[in-house]
Amino acid sequence: MSAGIATASGVAEILERTLAGERLSDENALALLRSRELLAVGRTANEIRGRKTDPGRVTFVVDRNINYTNICSVRCEFCAFSCDPGDIRQGYLLPKPVLFKKIEETLALGGTGILMQGGHHPDLGFAYYDDLFRSIKARYQIHLHALSPSEILHIARRSKMTVPETIRLLHKAGLDSIPGGGAEILVDRVRHSLSPRKATTEEWLSVMREAQRLGLSTTATMMYGHIETLAERVEHMRRIRELQDETAGFRAFISWTFQRDGNRLQEKVAEETRPTPFDYLLTQAVSRLYLDNVPHIQASWLTQGLKIGQLALAFGADDIGSTMIEENVVASAGTHFTTTTEELVHLIRAFGKTPVQRDTYYSQIKVWE
Amino acid sequence: MSMAAQTSGAALELVREKVENGGRLDLADGVALFESDDLLALGQLAERARRLRGGGDEAYFVRNLTLNQTNVCRVKCRFCAFARSAREEGAYTFNPAELADDARRAFELEPFSELHLVNGESPQVDFDWYLETVRALRESLPGVHLKCYSASEIHHISTLSSLSYEQVLVELKEAGLGSLTGGGAEVFSPRVRKLIAPGKEPAEAWLEVNRVAHSLEIPSHCTILYGHVETVEERVEHLLRLRELQDETAGFLAFVPLAVHLENTRLDLDGGFGPTGADDLKMIATSRLLLDNVAHIKAYWISIGLPLAQVALQFGADDIQGTVGREQVFHAAGAHTETAQGAERLVRFIRAAGRVPVERDTLYNELQRWESVA
Repeated sequence: MSAGIATASGVAEILERTLAGERLSDENALALLRSRELLAVGRTANEIRGRKTDPGRVTFVVDRNINYTNICSVRCEFCAFSCDPGDIRQGYLLPKPVLFKKIEETLALGGTGILMQGGHHPDLGFAYYDDLFRSIKARYQIHLHALSPSEILHIARRSKMTVPETIRLLHKAGLDSIPGGGAEILVDRVRHSLSPRKATTEEWLSVMREAQRLGLSTTATMMYGHIETLAERVEHMRRIRELQDETAGFRAFISWTFQRDGNRLQEKVAEETRPTPFDYLLTQAVSRLYLDNVPHIQASWLTQGLKIGQLALAFGADDIGSTMIEENVVASAGTHFTTTTEELVHLIRAFGKTPVQRDTYYSQIKVWE
Repeated sequence: MSMAAQTSGAALELVREKVENGGRLDLADGVALFESDDLLALGQLAERARRLRGGGDEAYFVRNLTLNQTNVCRVKCRFCAFARSAREEGAYTFNPAELADDARRAFELEPFSELHLVNGESPQVDFDWYLETVRALRESLPGVHLKCYSASEIHHISTLSSLSYEQVLVELKEAGLGSLTGGGAEVFSPRVRKLIAPGKEPAEAWLEVNRVAHSLEIPSHCTILYGHVETVEERVEHLLRLRELQDETAGFLAFVPLAVHLENTRLDLDGGFGPTGADDLKMIATSRLLLDNVAHIKAYWISIGLPLAQVALQFGADDIQGTVGREQVFHAAGAHTETAQGAERLVRFIRAAGRVPVERDTLYNELQRWESVA
């Protein structure tokens, strides 16, 4: 064992201090990530989770990911979903009737929201989204959890508007909340290599800050297990925690591992450095301990599979995410797990908890007693 | 804390005391463990028990090849999607020379130390077919341990040949058989057997075959097939019967819990869901705690997936089975796990779980050790 790896007693001390209410330092978060004390860290994360959210319940949302376009001028290294502008073979922009049909299917399945994201389409500016959101809201009572900081930045630039103005008007058109996608790792060294043309760390955070000031609810994500160091994972969480101290606008934090098929990044990520399920559970548990100001931690069955997705509920998560009636982006990268409401309810029950369907705001929709 | 959580916490405390004092767990303890909702505390307790009983940092795997010489089977268990009738489409039977040839070619491509051979219980072959198979394998794979046939198959051979278990096993051993596999145990409860495997021999016969094998110094493995119609009590009783025999013979090398897979089978369970990850880990942890006389508990990645098998190393398991090569039985029932794993991947997963990877042979002799990376 090298000096950098925390001993069991070192970990126990850090965990005790965290349980006593002390804020986890960057150094100690790193020590936990380096340790192999999975169950000790997991139990502490679970204890803290029980203080913040009802320990007897696990929530989930019924919604659908709709990717209105795959045409993107950014083309991040890790992405297997996007197409270059002008790619007439694979590029698409969903026509409204198709979008509406997807929304109707979602509502028919008891869904309460759609998560709508696409690419940085060079031809789409504010007017397109304004019209799209209004036409959705005019027809359906559904929560619109849409775009991401980098898409908002793209729209603002394309339409020569300020970011606050863009968010305010999109909100007025029907945007209810903003998902935390595109965060990847909020460290510019990593972003420069992964997504050189996408929002910088500062830009991502400032869009979220503006949205949160305007009262929009948001989430934060982390996609890890590629070229970042463990210290950079901690730095990412620190940037989220700092902004959250300021705004309290993040409802949830969701972390997942890089999926490697069909993208250019895979060549830069050596097989032996890829995170294993053990690392996934440990990272999620540390995120619960480190992000002491974020109420909800979501497990990612979509990337980890349903067995580990369920198990993640013992490692600090209080929410198992969405039924994902449709999902395209992770599927493009070679990972094809699917589920249903019945199955999520079964997994939560088999875990000894009461399943609760929530909406995007975490308000209760239905309880399975 | 809820009432249920308190009860569950108190039950774990009682078990913890027994574990620390080297006491034996009983039926009530086993049931309490399964009913506990504190999954991670259960895992830590199982890991503690493993360490107290002499387990170290090692986690084992074997380089092996799984073969199925025939899928023709007279038993037709309801959970099985692999078996065929002799005339059914897809039925196959390889003769001894074909099988040995196939195994040798596989060995030349990717060497292994263990051959794992299990079959349907075909009424169309005789004892000589089995003997010739083992002899042919012995000849074509001289250095390889031949782990062949479950206790159920030995019972079947005994029925086919009208020979006693002992006569069958003595001859197979002379032909080159090294150990028995652990399948066919399912759940010992007659109620459960009647529901899921009505054509199979009773538990007593399965246990007797193992008793005789152990007396002939043929080691074996033991299993439970869980997650279908069995109750928690029936699981624990199953484990206790295995423990009782192990007290008598010490012949079981390892215990292997098998999560049922339901696709393409005739087991129509409510909801159609198999065991969840939490069920799998409870099974592994509880087995470790109850089976205080079985040295190794396997997290069988074929049935629960490699991700969960890796995590199970924190829940009392010390073995993730092997490279396997060609799995057909679980995959016929819809297992979405891989059918083979490279040794490098197993080593990487074991290391990432903070354990020392050791390649073993069937008898748990150490063949290779990967020092932990600093």
